[in-house]
Amino acid sequence: MNEGLRSELSKQGIFTTTLGDLYNWGRKNSVWPLQFGLACCAIEMIATTMARYDLARFGAEVFRPSPRQADLMIVAGTVTKKMAPQVVRLYNQMPEPKYVIAMGACAISGGPFKQGYNVLKGIDRFIPVDVHIPGCPPRPEALIHAFMTLQKKIETQQLTGVNRPRHLDAEAPSEFPVPKFGGHDLEPPNNPAVWHAPKLVREP
Amino acid sequence: MVMETLEQIKARIENAISGAKPEIIPNESPSAQRSLLLDPAHAVEVAKFLRDDSQLRLDYCSNVTGVDWLDLIIKEKVKVKKVVEGVEKEVEEPVERKRPGYLEAVYHLYSMALKHGPLIIRLRTENRADKNHVPSLTPVWRGAEFQEREIYDLYGIIFDGHPDLRRILMWEGFADHPMRKDYVEPDDYEYEPTPHDEVLEKTKQHHSPEPKP
Ligand code: SF4
Repeated sequence: MNEGLRSELSKQGIFTTTLGDLYNWGRKNSVWPLQFGLACCAIEMIATTMARYDLARFGAEVFRPSPRQADLMIVAGTVTKKMAPQVVRLYNQMPEPKYVIAMGACAISGGPFKQGYNVLKGIDRFIPVDVHIPGCPPRPEALIHAFMTLQKKIETQQLTGVNRPRHLDAEAPSEFPVPKFGGHDLEPPNNPAVWHAPKLVREP
Repeated sequence: MVMETLEQIKARIENAISGAKPEIIPNESPSAQRSLLLDPAHAVEVAKFLRDDSQLRLDYCSNVTGVDWLDLIIKEKVKVKKVVEGVEKEVEEPVERKRPGYLEAVYHLYSMALKHGPLIIRLRTENRADKNHVPSLTPVWRGAEFQEREIYDLYGIIFDGHPDLRRILMWEGFADHPMRKDYVEPDDYEYEPTPHDEVLEKTKQHHSPEPKP
């Protein structure tokens, strides 16, 4: 149905939609985050849910204490190498459809601890991240913006075709390998299926 | 209240504990904060003395940390007598002395009761490899427990007599001690927009060379 006809009908009081739109409208307005925080960024995440910023306006007020009931993982804080396997395991335990927001410099790249021996240089080395938020810490507005970006992404996901979301693609993986503690680093240090070294911008 | 001088404390330790050989370590930096090196055999006894002595009462161990001292080659000039052209003369000759490396645990002590401090004490291991034991002072100052574990984790000093010596920041099975000066970190690629020198070399290894057309 084209947009013109749809708008004509709506003027006559006839509401038309598609199953996909209705389905995504429901999904995008009831995204329940998993309740966990890893470092200082978690404080901003908590502030976002409180009265002043009120994440509940977007249908995401129900922070679930169990990964089985959560749709969204907000990785809020520093992911140490010791913690990374647990974060990946929690992600694996979430049912599809599931999304990830990497919040703050630490979660996207290691942040101020990037040169350290014990901090993972970005959670996107092990699990697919939908929205990255820079900042140390990002303000609650930034988290809300990320959340709205995620809602837009959910809204435009086609339920069929090659770009359908992972949970509607029987071939797509839902679980990702949990790294092991090695003698010198995590093994493997990243998951090549979801992460590869970014392109070198400057050649000598 | 002013604490006794390091010399006085040293003399009283030597009086109270037979065989203890505390040594004053000078400090040439502007802070001039000198410290007391304890011999491992008497360290626990001396620590108890420092804590319980009525004039010191150093009841609070505020900080424990580690230091890694690498092997050092000290160059000195020594005067030697030599026969030069038939005449015996005194000449200066450079000699090189090798000081083997060691690990060190440093404790900062204060007295809450008498409001004085700090007194800094040091414990040294014999070397950096196999003889890396020092006695634990956790039985004397309970607050040292986690910090000694941290030193064990990051420097590899083994504290004999510690109640629960496990790694605290890294996982069990981790082989290295990251705060040692010869620690080599794993090559996990880090993105930099304008890499150069070492970072560029490291970065290149993560990109397979693209075939040139
Ligand atoms: S990005 Fe900054 S505020 Fe957030 S966890 Fe890291 S150090 Fe803390």
